[in-house]
Amino acid sequence: MEKIDREKVQEILNQYQDRPVYIHVEITSGVYADHLDENIFNAGTFLRNIQVEFVQGAIRGGRNGQYRVGLKLVNGGWIYVLGLTHYVINENDEFIMHGFDHEGKLASALEISSNEFFK
Amino acid sequence: MEKERHVLVVFPHPDDEAFGVSGTIMKYIDSGVPVTYACLTYGDMGRSLGYPPFATRESLHEIRKQEVEKSARIMKLTDLRLLGYRDKTLEFEQPGHLASVIKSLIDELNTSRIISFYPGYSVHPDHEATAEAIVGAVKDMAPEKRPALQLVAFDKDTLEDLGDPDIINDITGYEDRKEEVMAAHISQTGPLLKRLAADTVEGQETREAYLKLEQFYSYDID
Repeated sequence: MEKIDREKVQEILNQYQDRPVYIHVEITSGVYADHLDENIFNAGTFLRNIQVEFVQGAIRGGRNGQYRVGLKLVNGGWIYVLGLTHYVINENDEFIMHGFDHEGKLASALEISSNEFFK
Repeated sequence: MEKERHVLVVFPHPDDEAFGVSGTIMKYIDSGVPVTYACLTYGDMGRSLGYPPFATRESLHEIRKQEVEKSARIMKLTDLRLLGYRDKTLEFEQPGHLASVIKSLIDELNTSRIISFYPGYSVHPDHEATAEAIVGAVKDMAPEKRPALQLVAFDKDTLEDLGDPDIINDITGYEDRKEEVMAAHISQTGPLLKRLAADTVEGQETREAYLKLEQFYSYDID
C-alpha cells in the first residue's frame, strides 16, 4: 500500500461513480482494546459486500496524512469514513483504502470493487 | 502429560495455537500422539497488516492461511483443518451449529483430549464462541465417553476466579521451535518477536512468559 495521494485517490473514486459497486466499510478499535486499557470503549463495525451506487465521491482532509472519504448515494444516502491513510488497487482490481493508527494497526477501511469481495 | 488416543486442538484464529499451546502440541506429536488442529477462521479481520503495511484486508486471508500451514509444518502437525468461517462472526452462527461441527470431529477422530479456550475467560468473542461450542459438543456425550477438556484462560479475572492452573507443561527443549512457530505468524507477531529477542529485562520476562511453561485449566462439564 502507499500513503494516500489525494489527487490520485480522487481520480480512482471518479472511476467508480454512477454504476453499481460493492463496498467493504470497517471501523475498529480492536476487540482487545479494553482488555489492554480499561479507559477505552470498544466500538467497531464492518459492512461487507454491500451493493451501492454513488453519484458523487470525494476525498477531503489530509492533515497528518489522515483523510476522509464521503460517497453520496443515488438514493440520497451517504457513506462516510474518517481516518484513511493508505491506498492500493490490488490484483483483483479492488480499490482499497485503509487507515492505520499510531501503532500501525488497521483502524478504518473503505474498499470499492465492481465485483463481490471474497466471502 | 498422559498418553492420549487423540488430541483435538480447536481455536478460531491462525496464531491462537502459537503462544500458549504450541509447545504442548509438539510434545504430544513427538511422543506419537495423533493431533488435529481445527482452526475455525482465517483471521481475516485482524488489525495487524504489517507496518509499513504488506497486507490488506483482502490479502490477509491468504497470508494467514500460509502462516498457519507453516506453523503446522514446524510442529510436524499433519492434520490441519481450516474450516473457513469469517473472522469475528462465529458468535452469530446458528446456535448449536459450531457444537455439531466439533462433535463430528470428536466422533471422526476418537478424541480423548481437547485443547481450546476456557468459557467466560478468553476475552475475544470468537474465543468465547469456540469455548461454548466445545462445551456444547461434549456435554451431550455420555460422561465416560467425553474427551478431557484442557483449556486456556487469560481474562484478567482468571487467577482470582479460577485459582492457579492445574495443568502445567514444561516445554524445556522446545524453546527454539516454539519461537519458530510464533515467527511463522509474522503478520501478527512482529512486535512480540522483537521483545522475545531483546537483550533486556523485558526480553527476559517475555521469554519466561512464552518459552518455559504452558498452563491450562481442566474443565469439568458437570
